Amino acid sequence: MAKYTQKDFKSDQEVRWCPGCGDYAVLAALQRTLPKVCEEQGIDKEKIVVVSGIGCSSRLPYYMNTYAFHSIHGRATAIATGIKVANPELSVWQASGDGDALAIGGNHFIHAIRRNIDINIMLFNNRIYGMTKGQYSPTSLFGTVTKTSPYGTVEMPFKPGSLVLGAKGSFFARSVDNDLPLCEEIMLRASRHDGTSVMEFRTNCVIFNNGSHADISDKAVKADRTIVLRDGEKMIFGANRDKGIILDGWNLKVVKIGENGITEDDILTHDSHVDNLGLQMMLAEMEGPDFPVALGVIRDVAGRTYETEVAKQCEEVKAKAKIHSVDELLKSGPTWQAE
Amino acid sequence: MQHKVIDVHDVVLRFAGDSGDGMQLTGTLFANMSAIYGNSLSTFPDYPAEIRAPKGTVAGVSGFQVHIGDHPVNTPGDFCDMLVAMNPAALKANAKWLKRNGMVLVNGNAFDAAGLSKAGLSDNPFEELGITDRTIIVAPITTLTEDSLKDSGLDLPSILKCKNMFTLGMACYIYHRPLEYIYEYIESKFSKKRPEMIAPNKKVVTDGFNYAANLQIEADTYNIAPATLPKGTYRNINGNQALAWGLIAASEKAGLPLFCGSYPITPATGILEELAIHKNLGVKTMQTEDEIAGICSAIGASFAGNLAVTTTSGPGLSLKSEALGLAVMTELPLVVVDVQRAGPCTGMPTKTEQTDLMEVLYGRNGESPLVVIAAHSPSHCFDQAFKAAKIALEHMVPVVLLSEGFLGNGSEPWRIPSMSSYPEIHPRFVEEGRTDFKPFRRDPETLAREWAVPGMKGCEHRIGGLEKTHEGVLSNDPANHELMVRERAEKVERVVSDIPDLTVDGPAEGELAVVGWGGTFGHLLSAVSEVRQEGIEVSRIHFDFINPLPANTFEVLSKFRKILVCELNSGQFATYLRSKFPTLNIVGCNKIQGQNFLVQDITSAIKSQLD
Repeated sequence: MAKYTQKDFKSDQEVRWCPGCGDYAVLAALQRTLPKVCEEQGIDKEKIVVVSGIGCSSRLPYYMNTYAFHSIHGRATAIATGIKVANPELSVWQASGDGDALAIGGNHFIHAIRRNIDINIMLFNNRIYGMTKGQYSPTSLFGTVTKTSPYGTVEMPFKPGSLVLGAKGSFFARSVDNDLPLCEEIMLRASRHDGTSVMEFRTNCVIFNNGSHADISDKAVKADRTIVLRDGEKMIFGANRDKGIILDGWNLKVVKIGENGITEDDILTHDSHVDNLGLQMMLAEMEGPDFPVALGVIRDVAGRTYETEVAKQCEEVKAKAKIHSVDELLKSGPTWQAE
Repeated sequence: MQHKVIDVHDVVLRFAGDSGDGMQLTGTLFANMSAIYGNSLSTFPDYPAEIRAPKGTVAGVSGFQVHIGDHPVNTPGDFCDMLVAMNPAALKANAKWLKRNGMVLVNGNAFDAAGLSKAGLSDNPFEELGITDRTIIVAPITTLTEDSLKDSGLDLPSILKCKNMFTLGMACYIYHRPLEYIYEYIESKFSKKRPEMIAPNKKVVTDGFNYAANLQIEADTYNIAPATLPKGTYRNINGNQALAWGLIAASEKAGLPLFCGSYPITPATGILEELAIHKNLGVKTMQTEDEIAGICSAIGASFAGNLAVTTTSGPGLSLKSEALGLAVMTELPLVVVDVQRAGPCTGMPTKTEQTDLMEVLYGRNGESPLVVIAAHSPSHCFDQAFKAAKIALEHMVPVVLLSEGFLGNGSEPWRIPSMSSYPEIHPRFVEEGRTDFKPFRRDPETLAREWAVPGMKGCEHRIGGLEKTHEGVLSNDPANHELMVRERAEKVERVVSDIPDLTVDGPAEGELAVVGWGGTFGHLLSAVSEVRQEGIEVSRIHFDFINPLPANTFEVLSKFRKILVCELNSGQFATYLRSKFPTLNIVGCNKIQGQNFLVQDITSAIKSQLD
């Protein structure tokens, strides 16, 4: 029996996202996951810190009954980094939108990943600027018509998974806002991962980009257009569970089981823990119409984490040091006496 | 000519050469040796922004000035008694700093046709530069160094790198410096990693010393007696090091780990480098991806309960502005160090200035007051860093500490204090077990809020950049906003109770007060003593605390008919004082050349005001 329930993580503030906003699902998933995180890690809830930048999704901290910091646009990652380095015992969760994390905060985002600091970044990707009322974002698809691109955007979008894996990120997972159990599942996996965990949540903006990921999340098509990757399981998907993914030369290929002599044995088996950036990058980049979009934990590999290395170095230096106080420091090196 | 030994009260040396010639090291060694010998001193390096500008050109000249004396020395000196020039470019760039009766020591080997042409000099450089009336020593330093080390086993490039040590040996003879300190330095530097370098380095410095002695050079030699300094243990320290140590001292007194998030930037980098060494004293440093991450990681560390610091210089401060506003809004303790350099924009990175004052006072959106204090000498950086941290932690407010390139890189002897003479620091942590924490409930005296950090049970709360009520609830209520704006400003004003009153050097009232702030301290002190010797009566007032101003500021300043504000900008502090005290008669003495005042700049300004 967990010490906490979802209710313990709800603040007394009224949630003010638009009715139907995808952010509600991520908030609920977080509030449902944290009791499990506290139980698994044996920590009290005052050790949980939620940090955000600016944007609709960055309002999330106000709805959490935890220590939380709603900061400035793009800087959540840098602030979360400082918190974690200052106190590595804290469980740090970051809420950022696609603009916050990938446009104005892009530099902090890639450098957190490079350092592999142990924070959990929840990237709310609705491919639009909602809070400023409908301008294109760095994940908006080419040609998207918005208020600042009335004739369509003429720039290519970032794919968050490619960016994370391109920076040799140690953890990347993806979910959609209408799959609450999967959102919780990847959050729990992120909490167990030592290092920067990036979770991309495809969230719907009902007002400015409605249906932004309906092509993969609508119940009628979801089974055929997405694949949930789970470790040790064959990469099989489809309403009839008859489609699979194989490696064909250097490329992935979708095949039908039972056709052309393909059996289940030919289908790839997922392993997020193996350090195979090439394959994981291909999985993260899959998209329609030829491929299903990969959901679940795509990559989860062990490695050094920044805050641990910082603390370890401090301890090593301390163990060898001859100077143990400021008084000793001030007298170190060449000095002389005036009589 | 008869060689004489002359006793002098003080002497200024300027070592100049290519940036690769090792002049910074030569000057530093000469200064440290003089400090240990017992002289009072002040140093300042003058180096180019380029790491290795084209060899032999004026752009690549690196200089180091050291002023030593048998009495308290306040400045690195306006002009030098001896100029060491390792090549024609160094002579050309620095001849203007040579005193009328000064002495020049040049490396004759470098004064060949190629060297003179690179410096854009004719084949009679001394005449061209108008210094033929000075004592000029032309020594073939390159060939002498090669001869000295021909049997050392070192290769030619390594031998040539020792030219500066030969020169140092010569300077030591001329100014009667014992070589023991240099020997010790050489041994400690090379004993672990390159013991084979010890003997050659000792030999070359000794040969330089003996060469100067045997030459019976036509120059006199000089003796500068030790200064009478207050009793105590001394060390030489530069401003960046002192500042880093002051922060560590505050962290020890407060019982908090120190976190510094910074991005390298001239001339502030030395602070981050110094802090990075002292992990043994609970210091965590993070070289962040940019200036913004520097301050934001520090704000995060502050939220998590560390003594948090970010260090930078002007352009970096501009980048930090929004986050500084976040620290104002969240009322978290934070120390921001700005080692000012010549701007705007990239400006002149290695040159000093006092031009960021208006930026730190007003350079943020919204009503965004914070505490601003300044350091006035290299060693004073220690005290002000300690004070900045104490104010930040006890008043829950960001504090900007203004240093200057002149202070950060300059050095002086420092009587080592005992930490027992520094006050305790009491961070405003919530009492353990309290469960009625409200993020912006204020102390009735100081208006400082309490500090609850993650891990404290029952104090979970949310803060951020949006306006909130005392309870920490988001609010767009007009009356609440005005209340909070006024309280944040009043909180800064009430820091006045923790800062010392202004003091006046000289009569408490009169015709003219010479006013300064920051790193012009030594120059103003010297200038005022000089004019007093001529019988001119002026008072001197120096500001270490800028926002808030000391409580007695108006009372003190209003006793003078005229206030001469001397600063290395076009009048920022003067404008600030006028805005606070419109009835005062304030005039300016300003210099914006990327260099500190000369003492004579101030003395002539004083005289012209009194005419």
